[in-house]
Amino acid sequence: MEGTAQPKSAVGLGRAQRGKGGVQLKNREAITGWLFASPWVIGFLLFTVGPMLFSLYVSFTEYNIIRTPEWIGLRNYENIFFRDRFFWKSLENTFWLVGVKVPIVMVVAISIALLLNTKIPGERAFRTIIYLPNVLSGVAAIFLWQWILAPDGLLNNALRSVGIRGPAWFADPNWTKPGLVVMGMWWIGGNVLIYLASLKGIPASLYEAAEIDGASAWAKVRYITLPLLSPTIFFEIVTTIIGTFQIFTTVYIIASSRGADVGLGGPGQSLLFYVLYLYNRAFGKVGEARGLQMGYASALAWILFIVILAITLLQLWLSKRWVYYETGDE
Amino acid sequence: MATLMNRLTRSMTPSTSSPRPSVFIGKLVAFLVMLGISFLFLVPLFWMISTSLKDPQDLVGVRWIPTRIAWENYQSAFSFGMWGRWAFNSFVITLTSVIGMVISTSLVAYSFARLRWPGRDMLFSIVLTTMMLPEVVTLIPQFIIFSRMPAFGFQGSQNWVNTFLPLVVPPILAGSAFNIFLLRQFMRGIPNELSEAAKIDGASEIRIWWDIVLPLSKPALATIAIFTFQGAWQDFMKPLLYLQSESMYTLQIGLRQFEAAAGGAPAWNWLMAASLVVMLPVLFIFLVFQQYFIEGISITGMGGR
Repeated sequence: MEGTAQPKSAVGLGRAQRGKGGVQLKNREAITGWLFASPWVIGFLLFTVGPMLFSLYVSFTEYNIIRTPEWIGLRNYENIFFRDRFFWKSLENTFWLVGVKVPIVMVVAISIALLLNTKIPGERAFRTIIYLPNVLSGVAAIFLWQWILAPDGLLNNALRSVGIRGPAWFADPNWTKPGLVVMGMWWIGGNVLIYLASLKGIPASLYEAAEIDGASAWAKVRYITLPLLSPTIFFEIVTTIIGTFQIFTTVYIIASSRGADVGLGGPGQSLLFYVLYLYNRAFGKVGEARGLQMGYASALAWILFIVILAITLLQLWLSKRWVYYETGDE
Repeated sequence: MATLMNRLTRSMTPSTSSPRPSVFIGKLVAFLVMLGISFLFLVPLFWMISTSLKDPQDLVGVRWIPTRIAWENYQSAFSFGMWGRWAFNSFVITLTSVIGMVISTSLVAYSFARLRWPGRDMLFSIVLTTMMLPEVVTLIPQFIIFSRMPAFGFQGSQNWVNTFLPLVVPPILAGSAFNIFLLRQFMRGIPNELSEAAKIDGASEIRIWWDIVLPLSKPALATIAIFTFQGAWQDFMKPLLYLQSESMYTLQIGLRQFEAAAGGAPAWNWLMAASLVVMLPVLFIFLVFQQYFIEGISITGMGGR
């Protein structure tokens, strides 16, 4: 509530104050403004814009860092699309994870947030516990989950006690990606808290009015909660998809565990995700091919960028059909 | 259990005028389900602690409490590798990133939030756009640039590769779009009267930034510091790429080296002991500054429209 109301009033304030003070004062403020913002401007030009332009150029060359880049036109892109089975495999794996994990994360996170928003005792403690795993990430946490998902590990032992024979998870090509989804559930707390914050912003008066009209619990969720939550859902879907597309550390660790060759992307290449593949082209190796293929890898990076951009724009366009924004003139 | 029932009954009475049993049962179910979920979320952590204290024969099957508490696992795990050096490196990189990030973000956010200058709104929309930019697009060119950037023998290197510079300088300069956005939103909420009064008294913008706006922005700055700490501490990809000699490793790279050195079969009790210690600093910060984590996440959620 406050968050949405604030920017509007702040903009109005800024406009109202303009015109005060002389031209000289205005110039001084402009110079100060640029000076204060200069760390970002310099960093942006040096570490974002410059590298991006360079990367675009390099993607049209053959370049191994040591020799000068050699212009080869669109050949990298041609090879990627028509002659690179690793590329298609990595794209397939990545889309699998995005398609399966993102919806599951969304449904589970919203469900937990709804449960937490029922004014139950111990809400603070629950919130803390649910968020706790998010601070326990990094390499250490990946090792922990390899241990839990080991063929004779904790999860499979738990499954056996209810009569299910668990799969070999990260050792079985068919189960590596489901394994990633299972372990990903442990880090759902961040999403839950964002949904919860948004839920708390929904005015209680709406629910009270619905109650007077005799609405059922489901009707309240369907016609009040979900529409008012939809901007957050949209934001979450967009950011989770972008994040999932770039999965790296987890699969790098798992695919290279037990002395395995990380260039092969784990059992049956089932963990060869896009950024891992790109990384191997640039800095590692892919099968027989040596790394340091900077031109080729840059082309891969640009393809990923365009795929992510296209998906984000598509969602933006689709969002007009389902995301509800309060217009203020009610 | 009786007190719990009491609290459940009391917690629902203010919202409705006449307590209905269906509401009560709904709450009870929600409470019990949350209890179960919380339990599931804590089990992996407990399992990790328990494993780290087990003798090898306890590693088979499910044994929650080790038959004998094997504290010496910790000693054994840290007898391989340059752990002291790696911990030092991690702390240097993390603290430099945090301090640099807080200072630069506060300057930039101040400019976007409280100064008026031509091009400001356009630049700010660019800041927001970079949030959508996948990091890997700049990964390769940055590596090429840093491998050419002279380091003049800093940390024994002729270029930026195998120094801490690539890990520390970009976040300090470019900051993160997300942090700039968060702090700008926060600074906009600080009343103008204070800085206007200071301006009339002849205070410079630097003074207003330092003496008035920064002290009032402490909660948001704490949030940024904490998330930067966590991000820098747990970063894997960039240290993997840039830190090449063993004495330059961070704990994350060292931990992975430790596992890889074990070859075919890692000793899970030792690996869990080492992993747990590597996790401790962030866990400690979380337990102390919990509220800033939670608030930070909530503010972000608000921001995402």
